[in-house]
Amino acid sequence: MTAGPNIILTDKKISRALTRISHEILERNSGAESIVIIGILTRGAVLAKRIAATIKELEGVEVPVGLMDISLYRDDVHSKLEQPIVQRTDILFEIRDKNVILIDDVLYTGRTVRAALDQMVDFGRARTIQLAVLVDRGHKELPIRADYVGANIPTAMDDQVVVNVSELDGKDEVYVKKANEKNG
Amino acid sequence: MSQLSSRHLLGLEDTPESDITLILNTAETFSEVIERTIKKVPTLRGITIVNLFYEPSTRTRISFELAEKRLSADTVNFSTSTSSVKKGESLRDTVQNIEAMKIDMAVVRHSSPGAPYFLTNCMDANIINAGDGSHEHPTQALLDMFTMRRKYGRLKGLRVLLVGDVKHSRVIRSNLWGLQTMGADVALCGPSTLLPREVEQFGCDVYTNLDEALEGVDVVNVMRIQLERQQAGLFPSQREYTNLFGLTKHRLKRLNKNFTIMHPGPINRGVEISSEVADSENSVILEQVTNGQAVRMAVLYLLSGRKEELA
Repeated sequence: MTAGPNIILTDKKISRALTRISHEILERNSGAESIVIIGILTRGAVLAKRIAATIKELEGVEVPVGLMDISLYRDDVHSKLEQPIVQRTDILFEIRDKNVILIDDVLYTGRTVRAALDQMVDFGRARTIQLAVLVDRGHKELPIRADYVGANIPTAMDDQVVVNVSELDGKDEVYVKKANEKNG
Repeated sequence: MSQLSSRHLLGLEDTPESDITLILNTAETFSEVIERTIKKVPTLRGITIVNLFYEPSTRTRISFELAEKRLSADTVNFSTSTSSVKKGESLRDTVQNIEAMKIDMAVVRHSSPGAPYFLTNCMDANIINAGDGSHEHPTQALLDMFTMRRKYGRLKGLRVLLVGDVKHSRVIRSNLWGLQTMGADVALCGPSTLLPREVEQFGCDVYTNLDEALEGVDVVNVMRIQLERQQAGLFPSQREYTNLFGLTKHRLKRLNKNFTIMHPGPINRGVEISSEVADSENSVILEQVTNGQAVRMAVLYLLSGRKEELA
């Protein structure tokens, strides 16, 4: 499925949203010194690197970036038909007393974030954990909300929100695949 | 493919390359988990695993038990010396009783070849072979391969020599089959009395002279000489075995540069391997033990995801 009329974020909009989020992170944490960024694999990790790069441009500070795979902390490991391929978690720095910015591409049910929070606790006691997402699509099943949101996109439960990033998919865009189109 | 082709791990003879690769790749992830401060993930919460050890074991049993605990599974241990096996209960009755207590997976070590396979017909649990007589010891071979792959970045084309009691060693058999599947160049070496009949069916070089066998080798995997399996007098004396097949420092010069010494343990120092070699910088014997945890976690994780209906 290629870009159609249902594109909701173009590359320009994505870039503006990430820049705004970077500013908001700096504002809320009074600078970059206490911050570490952790991206949830796969697309969240890409966004994490971009936000870190933007922060470096703005403040000249190199913020540590970690990658997190949450497969081992899922609550549906034994119910899914296809087991996820476990990827490597790489958090090579101390998160104790840091302000951790957790980054994912889409906030949907909140279960991925729940898993990430549980995993984070096993890595140490952060001072705060803040959540940044590119898209908040609604339909949360857990009391979890994002601190920084690129765009709020109302969707139907069975829609699919597709986030493409140039590093992995060749271009930046976000679009919604409607449930009825999937069948067609 | 993110799934194993079988819901049990009974041996490597029939395990396809895609499964071995998936296990080794997944083990890379778990080797990071065991380096964390909190070496535990909640993945197998609610899964119950029984460790059925009908033969003595230190390394394998502790390694499996820790792997299970680090995945948050509930574990029960069973060893023959303290169980009703002493009262004459059969293997089938024992496991059916254990399964009636709602067991999801079983790790089995038994002196009879094929015992784990037999159990797949008596219980629904996922079965993992932790050594069955002189047949196979798949997780040991997987951790050996994992250790080699970490050091050389590949298995294909590596020259690996397996030294020891080829006839009885389950570690040799599993290593041989697994490594051949992965495209390594495997050779065997041992006293002719300890080579199985029709050894040529393994399809690899076979030596009875260690010095010749070591020529141009990357990895030497030395097996413990199993004194408990040597009542038949297949070699005259321990001393003669050491003279002919003991890996000593002066023999190492025939090996390729950047060679690796491996041993599945427990070591008989001064018998099949000299202390000097076992403790040398080319020896990865303790790394093997560490890697064993990651590999067993990977196997447990992957098998737990195998659903019956997909079989």
